[in-house]
Amino acid sequence: MNKSVFLGAVTVAGLAAGAAAAATIDDVKARGKLNCGVTTGLVGFAAPDANGEWNGFDVAVCRAVAAAVLGDPTAVEFVPTTGKTRFTALASGEIDMLARNTTWTFSRDVDLKFEFTGINYYDGQGFMVPKGLGVSSAKELDGATVCIQTGTTTELNLADFFRKNNISYEPVPIETNAEAQQQYLAGACDAYTTDASGLAATRATFETPADHVILPEIISKEPLGPLVRHGDSEWGDVVRWTLNALIAAEELGVTSANIDEMAAGTNSPEVNRLLGTEGTLGEMLGVDKDWAVRAIKAGGNYGEIFARNIGEETPIGLARGLNAQWTDGGLLYAPPFR
Amino acid sequence: MTTLTDPPKEQFRLSMLLNDTRYRSYTFQFIALLLVIALIAYLGSNLMQNLRAAGLNISYQFLGEPSGYDINQRPIPYDSQSTHMRASIVGVLNTLIVAFLACLTATVIGVIAGVLRLSNNWLVRKLMAVYVEAFRNVPVLIWILIIFTIMTATLPAPRAFRGDDPEASMLFGAVAFTNRGVYLPKPLLEPMGWVVLGIFVLSIFGAIWYRRYATKLLYDTGRLLPMGWPTVAILILPAVLSYFILGQPIALEYPELGGFNFSGGVQVLGSLIALWFALAIYTGAFIAENVRAGIQAVSRGQTEAAASLGLRPRRIMNLVVLPQALRIIIPPLISQYLNITKNSSLAIAVGYMDITGTLGGITLNQTGRAIEAVLLLMLFYLTISLIISAVMNFYNNAVRLKER
Repeated sequence: MNKSVFLGAVTVAGLAAGAAAAATIDDVKARGKLNCGVTTGLVGFAAPDANGEWNGFDVAVCRAVAAAVLGDPTAVEFVPTTGKTRFTALASGEIDMLARNTTWTFSRDVDLKFEFTGINYYDGQGFMVPKGLGVSSAKELDGATVCIQTGTTTELNLADFFRKNNISYEPVPIETNAEAQQQYLAGACDAYTTDASGLAATRATFETPADHVILPEIISKEPLGPLVRHGDSEWGDVVRWTLNALIAAEELGVTSANIDEMAAGTNSPEVNRLLGTEGTLGEMLGVDKDWAVRAIKAGGNYGEIFARNIGEETPIGLARGLNAQWTDGGLLYAPPFR
Repeated sequence: MTTLTDPPKEQFRLSMLLNDTRYRSYTFQFIALLLVIALIAYLGSNLMQNLRAAGLNISYQFLGEPSGYDINQRPIPYDSQSTHMRASIVGVLNTLIVAFLACLTATVIGVIAGVLRLSNNWLVRKLMAVYVEAFRNVPVLIWILIIFTIMTATLPAPRAFRGDDPEASMLFGAVAFTNRGVYLPKPLLEPMGWVVLGIFVLSIFGAIWYRRYATKLLYDTGRLLPMGWPTVAILILPAVLSYFILGQPIALEYPELGGFNFSGGVQVLGSLIALWFALAIYTGAFIAENVRAGIQAVSRGQTEAAASLGLRPRRIMNLVVLPQALRIIIPPLISQYLNITKNSSLAIAVGYMDITGTLGGITLNQTGRAIEAVLLLMLFYLTISLIISAVMNFYNNAVRLKER
C-alpha cells in the first residue's frame, strides 16, 4: 500500500515536471506576473531607481510584454541575472524571457536552444580608457590589462581581436558591471571593454565622464535582443511581435501621446490592424485585440523608449545611429502587421 | 552437575523481519536503500526526460574544441586557441596552487596563533583571541573581497611608477607592489646555477642528517650539541660559497616598467594574493583553535613533570607538549585543508581563474554545457578532497600513538 502511494506520487511529480515545459503564455497568465531576466544593474538599460523601481531600455521591453499579455505594465517580476547565470535562469524556467543586452549568436540560438525574438539594439564592442593614458586606438593597447565581464561574447571577441592584431593583453575577468567599474577607476586595469552602449552607460555614472574616452574601434557586431526558450513558438511570437509593435508604432507615428486618439480608428489600415480596430491580429497571437495599444502605452513607442532611457538627452547620450528606423537610414525594420 | 542442551533452533519466519530485533534493522535499512535508489532513479530519469524535451543531450565533445578565451595566470602554455580541456587543466593547476599556498600559510599562522593563545602574557593572549574570533566569525568571501578591495584601492597603479619623480617606487628597486599584483625578481639560472641549486638541496639533506645525528647523540650519550646555528650554517654556507666560487651563475631578472605594465620578473596576481591570504588567515583562525584544543588536551601532569625535570618552558612545548598535541590536532587539520580547497572556489569573486572560473565559469557559459561541466567539477573536487584526506590519514597513522 505504502509502495503504491509512493509510486503514485512519483508519477504525479513526473507528469507535473513534463507539463511545466509547455505553454509559457498560460503560465504567465495563471501567475498574473511576468518573470523577466535583466542585468544586475546597467544604468539606462536596466537598473532600479531610488524607489526600487526598475527602469531602462531593456526593462521597457519587459513592461511592454507584460502590458500586452497581462494588461498591466507593472506586473513584472524582475530577476537580476549576471552574464553567467542568465542562460541557466532562462533554460530552467526561472524566467519567462530574458531582456539583458544579450548578443544574438549562432550557438546561443542553435546549440543552447534559445529563440531570439528580434533585435532591440544594434551594438558593437568597444574600449574605454582614461584620457591620461594617451591612447587613441585599440591597436595601441599592446600589453595592457583589460577588464572584461566574464561569461559574455565580449570575452571571445577580445581574445580574437588581440590575436588578429598580434598584440598581447592581460584579461581581468569580472562578474558584474559595478565591479568592473570599481576596478577600472582604481586603475587595476588600463581599459574596460564591453558593448559600446554599455561603456557609454557606465561612463555616464562616473564623477568626471570627460576624463575617459571610448576608442573609435568597434571590434564586433553585437545585435542585442530579448530571447525566450526554444520550443514554445507561441510565446516567442508574443515577445517578437510586441517588440515589433513598438518599432512599427514609431514608424507609423503612433506615440503614447496620440495613441488614445488613434486607437479610436484612423485612415491607415496598418495602424488600425496594429491597434486592433481592424482585423484579429491579437486573437491570432493568443491575447486580446488591445494588446498593442497597451504595450505602446506602457512606455511609448521604440523611439520614445530610446529617447527617455539612453537617448542624446540623457546622461548616457547615445545617438540613434544604426538604431534609427530604416526610413531614416537605420536598421530597424519591423515586418508588416498584416 | 548440569547438562547443557542446545537452545531450540528457531525456524526463520517472515514476520521475524519486523518483530525480531535481530532482523528488524536490516529490514529498515533495506527499505531505506530502496527509497534512496528510487529517488536517484527518479531524479535521473526526470533529468533525461527534461533534457530530451528541450532537445539537449549529454556530451563531452566540447572539451576538445578551442576555448576562445584567455586566462591571466597560466602555469602551463595556453592561449585562446587551446582546447576547453586545456583551459580546465589550467584551472585545476590554479586551484591547486592557491590551495597549496593557503594550506601552508594557514598551518603556520594557525600553529603560532594557537600556541600564543595559551601564552602567559595577557596582551598576547588577548590579541590572539581577538584574531581568532574576528576572523573565524566573518564569512571568508567577505575577507577575500576586503583584502582585494584594500589592495586595489591603496596600492598604486603601475603608471604611478612612471616618470622622473614617480609617486611610487619599487621596494629595494626589485619588488613592485601594484594594484594588479606584486612583481618579484625572477631568478635566471645559468648551467652552473643548477649546480648551486643542487648543492643547496644537498645541504637541506645535510641539515636533516645533522639534526638526526645530534638527537641520537643526545639519547645515546647525553651530550647536547647545539641545534640552531649549525642547521642554519649547513643550509646557507655551502650554497653561498659555491655561488661565489662558480662566478655568480644565478642572475635576477628585475621587473621593469614598460608600456602599460611591468614586464620581466614574476607577477603574483592581486587576485591570487587576496584569495591566498583571505583563505590563510580565515582558516588559520580555525587551525589556531584546533592547536589550542590539542595542547590543552595534553595532560597538565606532563607539563609539570617536564618542569620538575628542569626543562625550560620552550623545551617543554617543543619536546613534550607539541609532539603529543600533534596527534590530536591532525584529524581536525585534515578537514581544515579540505575546507581551504573547497573554499578556493570562491576565487571567481576576485576574478582568479581556478577550475570553477574556467570550467565551471567561462567554459560552462560559452558552451552552455552546464550539467557536463558541473559533473566534472564535482568529480574534480571529490578526487582532490579524497586525495588530501588519504595523504593526511596516512600521515596521521604514521605519527599517532602506537597502542599495543
